[in-house]
This record gives sequence, C-alpha cells and structure tokens, in this order.
Amino acid sequence: MSLPATPSQTIGPFHGTALPFPGGGEAAPVGHPDTITVHGCLSDGDGAPVPEALLEFWQAAPDGSLVGAPGSLRRDGAAFTGFGRVVTRDDGRYTLRTLPPGGAPYLALCLLVPGLTRHLFTRVYLAFPEHDPLIEALPPARRATLLAAPEAGGHRTYRFDIRLRGGAETVFLAFPDRGGRPGPP
Amino acid sequence: MAASEPLVQGTGRDGAGFAGVTAGDGPGGVRPYVGRVERHPLQPPVPLVLDPDAVERRAPVFGAADVSPLDADLTLGHRGEPLGERITVGGRVLDGRGRPVRGQLVELWQANAAGRYVHRADRHAAPLDPNFTGAGRCLTDDDGRYRFTTIRPGAYPDVTHHNAWRPSHLHFSLFGTAFTQRLVTQMYFPGDPLLPHDSIWTSVRDASARRRLVAAYDPGLNEPERSLGYRWDIVLDGPDATWAEEGR
Repeated sequence: MSLPATPSQTIGPFHGTALPFPGGGEAAPVGHPDTITVHGCLSDGDGAPVPEALLEFWQAAPDGSLVGAPGSLRRDGAAFTGFGRVVTRDDGRYTLRTLPPGGAPYLALCLLVPGLTRHLFTRVYLAFPEHDPLIEALPPARRATLLAAPEAGGHRTYRFDIRLRGGAETVFLAFPDRGGRPGPP
Repeated sequence: MAASEPLVQGTGRDGAGFAGVTAGDGPGGVRPYVGRVERHPLQPPVPLVLDPDAVERRAPVFGAADVSPLDADLTLGHRGEPLGERITVGGRVLDGRGRPVRGQLVELWQANAAGRYVHRADRHAAPLDPNFTGAGRCLTDDDGRYRFTTIRPGAYPDVTHHNAWRPSHLHFSLFGTAFTQRLVTQMYFPGDPLLPHDSIWTSVRDASARRRLVAAYDPGLNEPERSLGYRWDIVLDGPDATWAEEGR
C-alpha cells in the first residue's frame, strides 16, 4: 500500500499567533550548568535578514537517547524534551539555549520560511565527528556552513548563521526517499 | 497595503518572484506562486541517506502536557461566540503506507470569517473579531484522527496579484514519526470558485495532488444544528513510510 503524500504549501506570514510558544528557544532545563547557547542570523541572497521564519531544532539528549519527552509547548523548566522552536526576530536573529547532544554532535534543523513553498532541512554541528558520511561528502568550503563556531569570550556559546542563497549558502538536505526540494528556483 | 510584510508573500514587482507561467487550468491564467526568489537556495539540496541512528529518523513527542483538549475548539476562550459559519474539521493523519500517525501534534491557524488574521502585518480592511483568534492545536488519537471546531474563514485579497483573492483556507502544521515527515500546508473547501484563480493552490502543479488539498463535506462530522463537517485526510511522506521501498 502506498498513499500519495499531501503536498506542502507556504507557511505564509501569519503563523505568529499559532506556532511560536513561550520558552520555545529555552530547551535546556532552567539553570542547567551544561547549557549551551546557539545563536545567529538568517539571511537571504541579498544579505538581508529574514524575520518571522520558524526554526525548529530536534536533537538527542546528552545521554545520546532519541526518545524525546513531551512538554515542549508548556515547559516545566526541568524536563529536557529535545525540541526547540524559535522565530527569527526583525533583525533575522535567533537564540536557542539547549544541552549538548550525546552521540553524534549535531542538532537537526527544520526551517519554515515565509516566501518558500516548503520547508528546508539542515544540521547544526557543534564539532565534526571523525566519521560522518554527510560531512565527508561535502567540499570543505560547503562543510563550514554546517559548523557552529564557538565564540571567543563567550560562555559555551556558538554562532550559527544561516544563508538561504548565494555566496556562503548553507547546505540544505534532501532525504532521497522523500525527494525534498525547496521549490522552484 | 502599508505593511512591510505583504499579505501573501511574493515580491509583487511586476511578476518578479513568480514563475511567469500560467497554470493552464484556470480561467484567470494565474501565475503559480513560487514565493520570494531571494530566499530560494541556488544549490540543490544535498541528498542524505539516513542511517538507522540518525536524529532525523525520530521526531519530537508531544502529550497531555503540551495540549489541552480545549485547544481544539477555536470558538472557545473568548467572551462570546465568534461570527461566521461554525465548522468541524476532522480526518486522519497517515504515513505513506496508510499507517496512522498516533499521538502527534496538529496545529491550525486561519483568518476570521471576514478574512482577517490577528497579526500586526495584516492590514486587510476587514474587521477583527474580538471573539476569535484563529489558532488551535490537538493530538492525533490511536487511529491517527484529529478534529477541530472552528469557523469557516473568509476570502481575502492576494495583494501580489491584481484583483486576486485567496480562497478560504486553513493552515496546518504536522509532525510525523520522523522529523523528515514535517509538513506545513493549507486545506481548502470543496466547490470554492476562487481555487483555480489562486496562485498558491495552483503552485502545486499536479492536478491530483492539488485535489488532495481540498476537504470533502462530510455530514458525519456535522454537529447537528451546530456545525458543518469537513473531512480532510493528510498523508505524511518520508523515510519512515518508504524506507523499505527501494527505487520508489
């Protein structure tokens, strides 16, 4: 049995009353000493910031488990759910506070951007593992777009900018059996 | 339209930002929506075959802590009843093999009966309804079923095209059992004469795929003497659904 998938449609500019939730970017339990901050700017092919895009982060817990936990939408400040959702601000900036993932050192990132007909996927690597089929397959210049840079002078702070188009365009991912394409060029 | 954010995304600059072709299926000859070109990646996405431990093969989980049963009724939570035609919208969320997606989050947002969103950038000259916000959530049940009570949204102008109106639609956000199955889309109402003129609906080029965005009137979902029922099933694709089907 194979059912044809429901097509994607643009998220549009008016999701703000529905999708963002308080504490969406506060994935780490309150006051947790291992908390890291991942922040950066989402920009377009003209270098202009992209506001009101929804960034969703999904990751393993520090022990490497991937089972997740409920409670992201109404956080209790104690549980680690593995899921964070932030909206880019008027200057295109976002901030996520989370715990470092166990196992492979990356966060999965889904970008829901007004002005695109479907979402984009990428990964935020906090370090490149010794063996990683994705990283190994990329030319070095493109690899760098997936690496969150530790900030000098920052406390467990990483900078991860996302460029949708052009020069240092971020690597976006397709999963072959889904054939995900971002839309016509 | 004084808003910095257009009502419907697009550059609106003399067709820039649109495909510049007609759908061939509507008397309006509408240009299908492609969105804002400056936001489209130039590079094709890098294909990644996920190993069994990949983060993307699992999905965030949601539960009673996240969603109250009251969140599925968009007509609640205000001092009075919203204006408009009360509707019940329900269906099943399935994967590509027809298996129910259980206990997953479904989110809904929409304009009010006059075609106006509660959003600072929506400057459509239609009234806000003090008794309607237009956002809801629910979790699918063990059969993958979801159900919302709301009002039928109004049409509103599509400022990116001359004399164009967006058909009544509900925005949906869905999660599957894998992060790769994430879906954001729009549901439409059967028999709406605006559909073939709509750049966003016609941006889905395949006619049968377009039809899958249109709900069916279902008296079985009516609440007698209270609401009209619409049925809309949603199929999430992705590795979890098709992993074993090589060459698909």
